[in-house]
Formats: sequence, structure tokens, C-alpha cells
Amino acid sequence: MIRVENLVKAFGAKLAVNDVSFTVERGEVLGFLGPNGAGKSTTMRMITGFIPPTSGRITIGGHDMLEDPLPAKRLIGYLPENAPGYADMTVYGFLNFAAELRGLQGDARKRAVGRAIELCFLQNVAHQTIDTLSKGYKHRTGLAQSLVHDPDVLIMDEPTDGLDPNQKHEVRGLIKHMGEKKAIIFSTHILEEVEAACSRVIIIDRGRIVANGTPQELKARSPEGRLEDVFRAITLPDTVKGH
Amino acid sequence: MNSWANIKAIVKRELGGYFTSPIAYVFLVIYLLLTGFFTFTVGSFFERGEASLVSFFTWHPWLYLFLVPAVGMRLWSEERRLGTMELLLTMPVTTWQAIIGKFLASWLFLALALALTFPVVVTVNWLGDPDNGVIVGGYVGSILLAGAYLAVSSMTSAMTRNQVISFILSVLICLFLILAGYEPVTGLLSRVAGPRVVEVVAAFSVMTHFEGFQRGVLDTRDIVFFASVMGFALFTTGVVIRNQRAG
Repeated sequence: MIRVENLVKAFGAKLAVNDVSFTVERGEVLGFLGPNGAGKSTTMRMITGFIPPTSGRITIGGHDMLEDPLPAKRLIGYLPENAPGYADMTVYGFLNFAAELRGLQGDARKRAVGRAIELCFLQNVAHQTIDTLSKGYKHRTGLAQSLVHDPDVLIMDEPTDGLDPNQKHEVRGLIKHMGEKKAIIFSTHILEEVEAACSRVIIIDRGRIVANGTPQELKARSPEGRLEDVFRAITLPDTVKGH
Repeated sequence: MNSWANIKAIVKRELGGYFTSPIAYVFLVIYLLLTGFFTFTVGSFFERGEASLVSFFTWHPWLYLFLVPAVGMRLWSEERRLGTMELLLTMPVTTWQAIIGKFLASWLFLALALALTFPVVVTVNWLGDPDNGVIVGGYVGSILLAGAYLAVSSMTSAMTRNQVISFILSVLICLFLILAGYEPVTGLLSRVAGPRVVEVVAAFSVMTHFEGFQRGVLDTRDIVFFASVMGFALFTTGVVIRNQRAG
């Protein structure tokens, strides 16, 4: 469903993303790991068509994101970092707007919005404006927005950021469940999240993919079998050099 | 095909955004108070002793100089500040649809404000026997003028996430569009430059092109002028947004 080939993004002289290639098929949940500033968000912004890559190719369900963006974008649900939303809109109004731009009309739209509200437990705040919401609710509103059209491809930048442990657990369960039928990429700093929800992990550091495998494969690289040790072993030397 | 549906969805959202916050009402009240003040007090509507809306329309370029950028300053800078631009532009929507949708919503809002000045038309018809054709011309010119300023504000608001900077930039550009054809300035210019130069500079001014409408003359050249300012500024908005995304 998602095919990324030799993706490069340069900001001035700095290579934020350097020759990244991978594919994600339907039924896979890909965890995107990496230190801050490794290029996770930049990669996701390119895959979703927000920023154009310096070079490389992105295809979503066979549609080229650069040459024919609209059909590619239709297949994607996207939760940007920090879950932005229009402050003056109600949760319901916001989801309705998202569904409208996704081409849903009339009854289908009403049902889709209702389903997204239910899925993300937003019933209590559906008629509150977004600027009055707590961080957890705001984040779930962003999540609901990305799910409203039941997309084949789901891309989420830190979907559990700012949630309490119960909500984190719910969202992980939701991701795992949806991953059976969709192609999902999500980024996170939390290593146990990867073990709980992902079928495959990519560790990205300073714009490059430094590891790609199942959580089990990666864990096997460490004598104690802990993902954290692997993560630190791969990414720490680079970070230190960077200073 | 469904580009119109996208534009419509964006227009609806933007207009809704105006009316769910107090901004719209505050703006409408200030707008109507100021038009009233300029028409009746500064423009001496009654003392003129003529049945026309000259004293009403003549102030519009100056009034809009501050009011229109106040409406337009948030168009894109707010999207950037909230991060919703990333959301909007990763939807199956083209950048052009988003730019046009947001512009149209604000323009409709300004049209509504202008429409609410109808009591002044009623008044002048009740007191005398004005040429209503001239009044219609004035309204057409006024809404085109507002559109031109608004497109400029859309452009400046795409340049920055700071609404204050966006406001000041657009006031400056609109001020230039006024002054290039404002009589004291053209008078000054004609002392140092030839009449051809003065004419060319004045041709860039909204004053030159707004004047005809005030006399009730709908000249194609004037309409083309306002349409080109809008087209150019909206096109530039698109270029600015594309460059920002390219990083």
C-alpha cells in the first residue's frame, strides 16, 4: 500500500531525510522509532504530501503522491504531530468538516462522524469547541479526524503523545486492531508501544534507516533481549557525535 | 468536478468560524459605525444638499485600508500557527481550492457587511431622488475594492504566522495602492516626473479605478484592474505557500 523509494529531503545543506526506502503492506503496523530530530516527522510529512521531497518517489495504493496527489491523499488518514485542530470549531463540526473534504455526503457522512466519535470516546465533548478540550481529548479528536473516512492507509505522528496510561492502552489496542485491515505507520518515542502494537519496526537516526525488522528480530540483537538496549546501541553513538 | 464541493466545504467552515467567535459581530458593528461616521460627519452628507452617496463611497478606500486587512490577516497565518495547514493540505484538496475557498468566505463576509449599509440607500431615496444606477455602480466598485485589498491580505498572511506583521504588511501595500493615484501624491509626482510617468503610476492605484464606479460608470478596464489585482495576489499566495512547504 505504501511504497517509499530513495526518499531524500534537504533543508539547505542539512539532509533531514537521507535515502529512505521501505514498503508497508495492508495488515502491517510499522513503528517508526528514532531520537528527536531524526527525520520521522519530515518523512511522514512527505508521505502524506504536505511537503515535497528533494528526490525520491512515494506511491500510495499505486498512486504517485507527487504526480497525482489527490487519489493518493484520498486513501490516507493522517494525524499530524500535536494533533492540530481548528480552535473555534466544535468536535462534531470539525469531524463533519473533515468528512466533507473526504467526499462523504448526507447520511454516510453522519454515520462516519458518529462512528469516529464512538471509536475515539468523544461522546462527552462532541459539542464542545476544540480550544476548551484537555490535551487528551484534543489528541483523540485529531485521531478521530484521521479515521473518519475509514482510510486504507493510516499515518500517525505520535498518536499516544499526551494521553494518560489508560488512554494510551486504548489507542494501542485500536491501532493493533485496525492494523489487521489497513497499512499503518506511526511514530513514537515509547519502546513498549512498539512491542505492543507493531508488526515491524524501523529505527531512523539522522535521516537514515539504521534498523528494519520485527520487534522480535530487533530484540534478539541484544543479549538481554531488550529493545531499549538495541535502540541505544544503534542511535546513541551518532547523537553523541552530533554534539 | 468535486473541486466546487471542496471549495464550498471550506467556505462554509470559514464563514462558520467568523460567526462562532465574537470577531464577526465586533467587526460588523465597527464597520457600520465607521461608515456612518464618515458619511454623515466627515462627509457632510446632509450639508451637501444633494441626493447622492458620494460622501458614503468616497471614504471606502481609506476605511477598507484598515478594516479589510483586519479580516484577512488571519486567513493563512492562523492556519500556520495552529498547525491546521498541515491538516488542510494533506486532505484531498488542492492548494488552489483552499486559497479560493478561504478568500471567497472572507469576501462574502465583507459583502455582508457592505449589504448591511442598506439604510443609507433607503435614507437617500426617502430624502430625495438619487440616481440609483450610480449607487449600484458604487456598490459594485466597493465590493471589488474590498476583494482587491483582501487578496493582498491573503498574500501577506501566507508570508508569516504572526497576524500583526501580516496586518501591517497588507496595510502598507494597500496604502501604496491608494497613494499611487491619490491627488496630492500625483500632484507632487508631476512636479518631478513627466505626465506619462504619473499616468503609469496612477494606473496602479485603486483610486483611479474606483473613481469611475462612484460616478456609476462600469468600465471594463476598471473591472479588469481589480480582477488582476485579485488574481495576482492570490497567485502569489499560492507561490508563497508552495515555497514554504518546499522548505
